[in-house]
Amino acid sequence: MSEAVSALNRASRDGFVRVEECGLQGMVSLRGDLDSAKLAKAVTAAAGLDVPETGRILASEGRSVAWMSPDELLLIGPYAEAEPMRTALDTELAGEHALAVNVSDARAMFRLSGRDADVREVIAKLCPVDMAPGVFEPGRFRRTRMAQIPAAIWMPEPGEMRVVCFRSVADYAMTLLGNAADKGGEVGVFA
Amino acid sequence: MSTRLAKGGRLLNRGKPLDFTFNGKNLRGVEGDTLASALLANDQMLVGRSFKYHRPRGIVASGAEEPNALVGLGEEARFEPNQRVTTTELFDGLTCASQNHWPSLEFDVGAINSRLARFLPAGFYYKTFIHPRPFWKHVYEPIIRQSAGLGKAPRDRDRDRYEHFYAFFDVVVIGGGVAGLQAAKAAGAAGAKVLLMEQTPHWGGRAPVDGGLIEGAPPENFIDRTLAELEAMENVTLRTRMMGAGVYDHGYLLGYERVGDHQPDAHGPRHRLWRIRAGQIVTATGAIERPLSFAGNDVPGVMLASAIRDYAVNYGVSVGDRTVVVTNNDDAYRTAITLKQLGLEVPAIIDARPGGGGALAAEAVALGIRVENGRGVAWVKGRKRVEGVEICAQAGEGAALEEIKCDAVAMSGGWSPVVHLWSHCGGKLYWDEAAAMFRPDPDKAPTGADGEGFVRAAGAADGQFDLAAVLDNADAAGKAAAQATGHKPQDTAAPKAEAKAENPIEPVWMMPQGASIKLRMKAWLDFQNDVKVSDVQLAAREGFESVEHAKRYTTLGMATDQGKLSNINGLAILSDALGQPIPQTGTTTFRPPYTPISLASIAGEARDAAFQPIRKTPMHDWHAAHGAYWEPVGAWRRPYCFQRPGETIEDAVQREVKATRDSLGLLDASTLGKIIVKGPDAGRFLDMLYTNMMSTLKPGRCRYGLMCNENGFLMDDGVVARLDDDTFLCHTTTGGADTIHAHMEEWLQTEWWDWKVYTANVTEQYAQIGVVGPKSRKVLEKLSDDDLSAEGLSFMGWKDIELAGLKARAFRISFSGELSYEISVPAGQGRALWDKLLEAGAEFGVTPYGTEALHIMRAEKGFIMIGDETDGTVIPQDLGLHWAISKKKDDYLGKRAQARSHMTDPTRWKLVGLETLDGSTLPDGAYATAEGANANGQRNVQGRVTSTYHSPTLGRGIAMGLVLNGPDRMGDVLEFPRVDGHVIRAKIVEPIFYDKDGEKQNV
Repeated sequence: MSEAVSALNRASRDGFVRVEECGLQGMVSLRGDLDSAKLAKAVTAAAGLDVPETGRILASEGRSVAWMSPDELLLIGPYAEAEPMRTALDTELAGEHALAVNVSDARAMFRLSGRDADVREVIAKLCPVDMAPGVFEPGRFRRTRMAQIPAAIWMPEPGEMRVVCFRSVADYAMTLLGNAADKGGEVGVFA
Repeated sequence: MSTRLAKGGRLLNRGKPLDFTFNGKNLRGVEGDTLASALLANDQMLVGRSFKYHRPRGIVASGAEEPNALVGLGEEARFEPNQRVTTTELFDGLTCASQNHWPSLEFDVGAINSRLARFLPAGFYYKTFIHPRPFWKHVYEPIIRQSAGLGKAPRDRDRDRYEHFYAFFDVVVIGGGVAGLQAAKAAGAAGAKVLLMEQTPHWGGRAPVDGGLIEGAPPENFIDRTLAELEAMENVTLRTRMMGAGVYDHGYLLGYERVGDHQPDAHGPRHRLWRIRAGQIVTATGAIERPLSFAGNDVPGVMLASAIRDYAVNYGVSVGDRTVVVTNNDDAYRTAITLKQLGLEVPAIIDARPGGGGALAAEAVALGIRVENGRGVAWVKGRKRVEGVEICAQAGEGAALEEIKCDAVAMSGGWSPVVHLWSHCGGKLYWDEAAAMFRPDPDKAPTGADGEGFVRAAGAADGQFDLAAVLDNADAAGKAAAQATGHKPQDTAAPKAEAKAENPIEPVWMMPQGASIKLRMKAWLDFQNDVKVSDVQLAAREGFESVEHAKRYTTLGMATDQGKLSNINGLAILSDALGQPIPQTGTTTFRPPYTPISLASIAGEARDAAFQPIRKTPMHDWHAAHGAYWEPVGAWRRPYCFQRPGETIEDAVQREVKATRDSLGLLDASTLGKIIVKGPDAGRFLDMLYTNMMSTLKPGRCRYGLMCNENGFLMDDGVVARLDDDTFLCHTTTGGADTIHAHMEEWLQTEWWDWKVYTANVTEQYAQIGVVGPKSRKVLEKLSDDDLSAEGLSFMGWKDIELAGLKARAFRISFSGELSYEISVPAGQGRALWDKLLEAGAEFGVTPYGTEALHIMRAEKGFIMIGDETDGTVIPQDLGLHWAISKKKDDYLGKRAQARSHMTDPTRWKLVGLETLDGSTLPDGAYATAEGANANGQRNVQGRVTSTYHSPTLGRGIAMGLVLNGPDRMGDVLEFPRVDGHVIRAKIVEPIFYDKDGEKQNV
């Protein structure tokens, strides 16, 4: 069986922040009633995590659950575990009105790493989001616009940012992030 | 002569000389110079020519308000026209050239216009070039275009980087003078998150030049101390070289940061456009000095009094040995005193006020300066530089009383608060009669979503000119802004300040007040656009009573400086000519940006590879490496065809069609929209969305469907596959994926919110490959053990299979009329599958084909294409698609609309095939003519071509079109005139040209 490849095959660029494509990630989109106990149980069964609050992401042991909209979550984990996660959700939610779908291949994920202030600046050049410390912190999950494309961002930990966008525009996203992180472009606002 | 003084220049680092060139001439300045101060230090008084009369022009100001001294800065990929020398920091190796002259700055042929000025009054162009009519386009316009314009457009691609930055603050203070510093401090001390921006590289504004005492010490002490305090506050951000460019609704603010202009060799962006959301904005933008309107006020060497003072104090530059000061207020006395103290001559201060000045005047007199009260300047002697002034009685008509020799004239007509940013978003002004200026009206501030004002003016921008009042006012503005954003200001007083008491200004809009027409024709209002007192008066006489009309008629304030010097003087002249008070005339509209900002900064990151997102399929790189001639489809790039070396595009397309029909073609169909629709009500939902019945589709089967909008018009089509009882997969057109998904969600969220349906757009999850042609089953069978026989996977069926070791889904559908499959695999395996199919298909001469071959093959079969056969006005019934419209359903989107009389009108044009009699190909979009003409005298028409191709299969042109009563007129011949007049005759036929019985796909 052929090895599946991500859009940019882990390409990277080094500026005042390092930008790298993360390779294929497991992602399952789940739509359903986020208030229902059954859905919460299914999420725990699939990812070992609770249902996050509005605008938040929970993470543990390599898996995350992010709040996407009032009736949508995104489960993230290793690529190989996307199908098992989806199957677990389907099994737990049998008979419920819900939709779990594997979207791993539809997305590209980027990792930004460096000084915390610098990582924030790179995003603030492209997304209309208040990236100030104390405002955007680990645990927040934000769907937004990155220049001309939709994107979602979160900080797994200080000094690290993740960006998810559609696979077809991965090239564009890499150019944006890489250019924004080019040396000499430090803004020095969050330092 | 203007020159560098031996000492002084508080902003200079004299130890570091910088070389630069002006019009090819090598000159030298020092670190800290602006280009303006460096030019003056080199006695370069003449720096440009005016727009209309090509009059010699010199530097008139020292800041952003400069109207004259514009240069083309840099060369080639760094060339930029119309750059103000007063706001350009000097750097080593700077090159610049003056503008708007030919052949040279010193000798300019266009200056003849100045001699003709009497014949070129306001509105000259409008009056003169209107007759005879055809002359405008062919004679006048080309000549005017040739002679118009200041700077040249850049020719090379800009080599610099630009970017945006999104920022959020409670309080943004614009302007880093003493008012801005105090306002920022007051807001910062209250705990608000503050941004303080200053457009120049220096903090403190005018105060270090203008003097006075703050807490008993010179202003520099206050500036340094406050800056240190602000730097120590974590909640305060300080930026220099950043201009508040525009204020917009809801506290949106643009900050224009010139990061790299002064250090062109540094890495990093040249400009950064800050897109700021501010809770409150404090405009501490200062004030701009007004010129006086006397004859010859545009001669190089006539400058604003404050500018002459700035050049002396900040840059150690003397504009002339002998400077005559002419004023209507006390402030200009500071210039005289400053110059005198530097050892320069001030032959006289001409004060238009009969009563003269106050304490500053007394100081000037004490220094031995001659002061002439109640006098004015009648005439400035000299052309390319000042040689002297004739003085007269301000109350008279300009009879010269005396000529005073001098090299420079420092003029001051009073100060106008910079109210631009206050006004951008609707802040109103009032006319302060005593101070002769428009001031922000605090009761009519720009309001935010809560109806409360979100902009406050502070300091001179609020009309405060006394140092103590400036600080009090700014302190209050900072505190109020902090309070308005939920912070508690500290209970502290503003620093105490003292300045010399001043006598009131007396407005002087014309000098002398009864100036003759000869003088008025040489008294400039707008220096850049050559608008004089006489022009505005003429406009008033000719009925241009609205200030906005007078502006456009005379071009007053329409230059790149947007009338920063000229507007108030101009509207005062207009008011006088109309015999009405100034507030009744009002101001023209202040629009962003405050001064021009670079277009590149607006584009930000959107250039080159990041100009626009281009969507790429997993096979994109293969296509690019194999001669893909790209076609944009939505944001995707799809191969139109794959060109082989030596092949034309047409050849490639014809080859791809033939190869596919004869043997095996491959199509990258990954861009097709794929939407999962799941839930107990999914079938019911799709029955409403599609014109045909979807709920009866069996799992494992596919059905072609049409989607209409609520007006009945066909908007999308595609194949729906039922995955299981609850789940459907809807294919949409490439361009329709996002809009159809949004369309589904809109209906689910607004109308059918109680239906149990979830959708997910999985377009990008899958790579999809069309395997098309008589050998398609053979190649798949080579790669799979699954039963893909005619029975094992019948037409319009789908099944999950294993193909080349990959888990895949095979849809047996056909858009070409051939035996055909679409294979989908996860996108990450798309390229692998593509490679495997190429390898396995090699023995069949496998041929990847592009969108044009796809189009031809579907047209040969008479399949419609959304966007060709439809254009938003076509209903499925027009296209003979009745078979795909369910008669059994009670309702579907568009059903009622399609029953309306216009939709059922039998004269609606209907789809037919068109076959040219001579075998040629009809032009796309060509119309079939009918007898007679319509009410507009245009030829009547009876149909049009919607799709047209040369069919390699049939060896002739084929087309589809919409024709009046078309289906009832089989065999009729229509006439289609080409643009060149040649008429092509085409016969109406059935729209299926190839394999009418569908035998090829049913094998």
